[in-house]
Amino acid sequence: MYVWIWRHLPGNVAVRMVEILILLLAVVALLFFVIFPWIEPHLPISQVTVPEHK
Amino acid sequence: MVDTVEEASPEPASAPHKTWGDWVRFALRGIGQVLITAGVVVLLFVVYEVYVTNYFAHAAQSKVKHELLKEFVERKDPLRGTGDGKLTLPGSKTPTVPEGTGIAFLYIPRLGQDYAWAIVQGTDDADLEKGPGHYIGSALPGQVGNFAVAGHRVGKGEPFLNLDHLQAGDAVIVQTESKWFVYRVLGDDGNIDAPDPAVQNIPGREIVSPADGTVLYPVPDHSPALTPTERLMTMTTCHPKFTASHRMVLHAVLAKTYPASGVTMPAPVKNLYSSQES
Repeated sequence: MYVWIWRHLPGNVAVRMVEILILLLAVVALLFFVIFPWIEPHLPISQVTVPEHK
Repeated sequence: MVDTVEEASPEPASAPHKTWGDWVRFALRGIGQVLITAGVVVLLFVVYEVYVTNYFAHAAQSKVKHELLKEFVERKDPLRGTGDGKLTLPGSKTPTVPEGTGIAFLYIPRLGQDYAWAIVQGTDDADLEKGPGHYIGSALPGQVGNFAVAGHRVGKGEPFLNLDHLQAGDAVIVQTESKWFVYRVLGDDGNIDAPDPAVQNIPGREIVSPADGTVLYPVPDHSPALTPTERLMTMTTCHPKFTASHRMVLHAVLAKTYPASGVTMPAPVKNLYSSQES
C-alpha cells in the first residue's frame, strides 16, 4: 500500500518526501477534526454523569 | 531486501511471472501494513482524547469564564430569576439559565492555587465540553438540598482529573455573584470513604454504578421523598480513569458562607489555601 503510494507520487525523492508529509498531515487532520469527534460520542469512555431523578 | 529492490524499480509491474512466494509475501506485507496503520490510528485517538479535546475544552472554558466574570463585575447574577429579581428559592422551579452558560466559579485548594473553573448549566455532552456542569434539576449553590455537578476526568479539559486526591474535610469553594460558599468534603475521622455520622451517614466519596442516580437525591443515598435539611454538594466523574464502568462521587456539606464584595476572594477564603496546600 505504502509502496504503491510512493511509486505513484510525482517528482524526485525530495519532492516525494514533502508530498508524503502533506498527505500524512492531511490524514491526521481528517482523523482529529472529523472522524474522531464523530466516533467519540459512541464510545463508552467519556461519560461522567449519573441519571437525574426527575 | 525485497523492499529496496521493489522501490528502486519505478516501472510498474514489469515483472514477468509472480511466483506463489511473491503472492504470500505481498499478502503478508499488506496485512502487516494494515495492522501497523490501525495501531497508529489508535495511538492517535489517545492523543486526540488526552490532548486535542483539552485544547478545545480549555478554549471554550476560558470563554465561559470570561463571560461569567464580566457578569459578576457588572453585578448580574445568572442565577437570579428573570421574573422577580430574586434568587430562586429552594424547591421552586428550575431557574431559566441557558444551558452551557456559566453560573458559578469552582475552586479546590487541594488541587492547587490555579484550580479555578466556571461551572456551566447542564450536563449534556455539549455542556460538559465547556467545563463542569450543574445537574439542572439539582439545588443551586448554597441552597438546602444537593447542588450536583458533573465533570470530565480525562480529556475535555479534565476538570475532575484529580478529584481522587481530595481528603475528608477538604474545602470546595463555590463563588456566585453574591456569595462565597465553602463546602467541606464529608467523611468520618479523616476517612473520606466512611459514612459521616454528622451528616446523615453520607460518605465523602463513593464509587457507584453509572445508573445509580440516588447520589443526586436532595439527601443522597436516602429516599427521594426525604425532605433535605443540609446544604450539600455532590460531584460526579468517571471511574477508573479512561473508562465509564463506574462513577466516582464526592459529597460535601456547606460549612461557611461569606458575602461577596466585588469579585475578589474574601480573606478567610484565601486563608484556606495556606492551611490546606501541602
